[in-house]
Amino acid sequence: MNPKLARWLQAPSVAVLLLWMIVPLMMTVYFSVMRYQLLYPERSGFVGWSNYEFFVTDRAFWPAIGNTLVLVGLVLVITVGLGLALALLVNRPFRGRNIVRILLISPFFIMPTVNALIWKNMMMHPIYGVFAVIWRFFGAEPVGWLTDMPLLSIVIMISWQWTSFTFLIFTTALLSMDQEQVEAATLDGAGAFSQFWNLVLPHIARPIAVVILIQTIFHLSVFAEILVTTGGGPGDRSTNLTFLIFTQALQGFDFGVAAAGGVIAIILANIVAVFLIRAIGKNLAASS
Amino acid sequence: MNNYQFLVKSLATLATFIMNRLTKTMMAALVLTSFIAGASSAGEITIATINNGHMITMQELTPKFEAANPDITVKWVTLDEGNLRQRVTTDIATKGGQFDVMTIGIYEAPIWGQRKWLVPLDFGAAYDLDDVYDAIRNGLSYDGTLYAAPFYGESSMVMYNRELVTRAGYDRVPDRASWDEIRKIAAAITDKEKGIYGICLRGKPGWGENMAFLGAMANSFGGTYFNADWTPAFDSSAWQNAVQFYVDIMNESGPPGSASNSFNEILALMNEGRCGMWIDATIAASLMTNPDESKVAGNLGFAQSPNAGTVKGSNWLWAWALAVPAGTKNAADALKFVEWATSKDYIRLVGETKGWNAVPTGSRKSTYEVAEFKAVTAFAEAELEAILSADPTMGENKPYVGVQIATIPEFQAIGTAVGQQLAAALAGDISVKEALANAQESADREMRKAGYY
Repeated sequence: MNPKLARWLQAPSVAVLLLWMIVPLMMTVYFSVMRYQLLYPERSGFVGWSNYEFFVTDRAFWPAIGNTLVLVGLVLVITVGLGLALALLVNRPFRGRNIVRILLISPFFIMPTVNALIWKNMMMHPIYGVFAVIWRFFGAEPVGWLTDMPLLSIVIMISWQWTSFTFLIFTTALLSMDQEQVEAATLDGAGAFSQFWNLVLPHIARPIAVVILIQTIFHLSVFAEILVTTGGGPGDRSTNLTFLIFTQALQGFDFGVAAAGGVIAIILANIVAVFLIRAIGKNLAASS
Repeated sequence: MNNYQFLVKSLATLATFIMNRLTKTMMAALVLTSFIAGASSAGEITIATINNGHMITMQELTPKFEAANPDITVKWVTLDEGNLRQRVTTDIATKGGQFDVMTIGIYEAPIWGQRKWLVPLDFGAAYDLDDVYDAIRNGLSYDGTLYAAPFYGESSMVMYNRELVTRAGYDRVPDRASWDEIRKIAAAITDKEKGIYGICLRGKPGWGENMAFLGAMANSFGGTYFNADWTPAFDSSAWQNAVQFYVDIMNESGPPGSASNSFNEILALMNEGRCGMWIDATIAASLMTNPDESKVAGNLGFAQSPNAGTVKGSNWLWAWALAVPAGTKNAADALKFVEWATSKDYIRLVGETKGWNAVPTGSRKSTYEVAEFKAVTAFAEAELEAILSADPTMGENKPYVGVQIATIPEFQAIGTAVGQQLAAALAGDISVKEALANAQESADREMRKAGYY
């Protein structure tokens, strides 16, 4: 086909995509330099960097950045590790394997808010939660999960849900492994560890990279779990960047400052993305 | 470009997109609302309200209103408190026009009335506005004009499990006890081994959550939110003493995980018989005395809020009310509904159809004169006394109106930030001194930004 014609035919969809992305982005950037406090509609106008300054000098700002990164990092380590272990475990044929697989995948279908409520009220509740019962059975003082280790609690909730996702991806990847290679390796006397290191890991390097990328993107903007359980507290111990923006926008009704926070969040996401692509993208290109 | 580079690029784009999502949704909401405005047909009114018991009853009785006004149909949007507040505030500030009637509180009414965002209410003699308690009527007015009609009112009081209190060796919790007495009783009740806790108090951060309680408690120690020159007063010794006392008593006799407890969590603990005393909204009394929901229904006692020397402001004042946003095309129909739902006749209707223990209380004097009401509500007297003694007026060194709130737009942001710090102090992450210093700093930032000084 004539490349020029092709370009013209693509134009409408490209234009829609651009509008879809650029308009909200531009509005965010615009509002981030304007005074826009919903409760004072009469005060408006250009304010330069002051919204950014106010957002960045918030006492919760640096903790929020830290929490965002810790949350993403911990969830990644836990879900990739656990997901891989489970996938390997279930990879061998055994009776009822399909049911076990479905059970292992099902947490992923639960809505984040429901997930958070289950963990908050049924597992981590310091009086009638399952953990409290176990703790008391062993004579220990129950832990107030959401107040004593709020960020870890949220990491646990998210990890529980997303381990299903990594498990799903790794299982499908393992299914596509060349069994003849495995047999050959076994005949040659390669042990389980050696097989894992030299056969399995190279084979699933790409799925791992994809899982890491997708999860990073999603967990940079974790929100529902925090809103439902800890409300960002106590103090700022479980406030991430998304939640801090929410506090500014809908609890302070200051859309200018919130928009500035949004722009900062975009910058952070891009920094993380650049690092990830440097680290993992190279791997991907090299192995392909 | 190979496939993986493409994938990686698209993922990066997606990342930007998702981080953008929150802001975008907000902006989209602003834009969308202007399209939706005017979409409702003539004779249809849309009402935004909260998902709590009294409001649900109002929805169930709506057919009666529609039967009496055949040309009006009512559409309900029911949300939880936080969501409702965000939706209606965004809607009214952007003149979105999604709602013809809004459920708002005693905090919003005067602020929005001042900005002329609400239709002034004037219902005529049959409505009997003098029947509404003065404190609530004034709270919902700005400059002498009523902007929201009270649906129900509440204050705060001590509600206690009589059995636990007696077992601890006290026959009752006295009215207006000193905080030290409360502390002693709480300690005597507490049996952590058995999961029985002497006192349960709000700890979940938020201006309508832990700050509602702590604001009133600080008042009872002589503290206010702001000094006469509008500088925040969290660095005062009154706040220091109040919060220190709160943290101490909760560590001694409170349930674990208190920093994430609010009204509903504590209600569940009380209903299970795990808490000895609870100081919270009087409306809880009508929920706990319902035997279908509560194991302790017949076993509750009520007392007026404790204090540490200052009685004024030791119990809060709140009211949920119905208001009509200025600019709605269905103002006449909307006003008709508001008048109906907040009238004496409505209260009688609820009493006769749903039972007198289910009527919305605390707004009208006449409710407390009904014999059937008094006969079935053990808490009515204590509740009324609390509402009548709540005092939101300004004072020396208190430039704002409100007990547990300050009716200025900045209060929501300040209350939330301060609430977070105090929750951190309760959880033991930081000292009370640090928490209050942080609170002072963020409140000061907010007040400076708003140009108070």
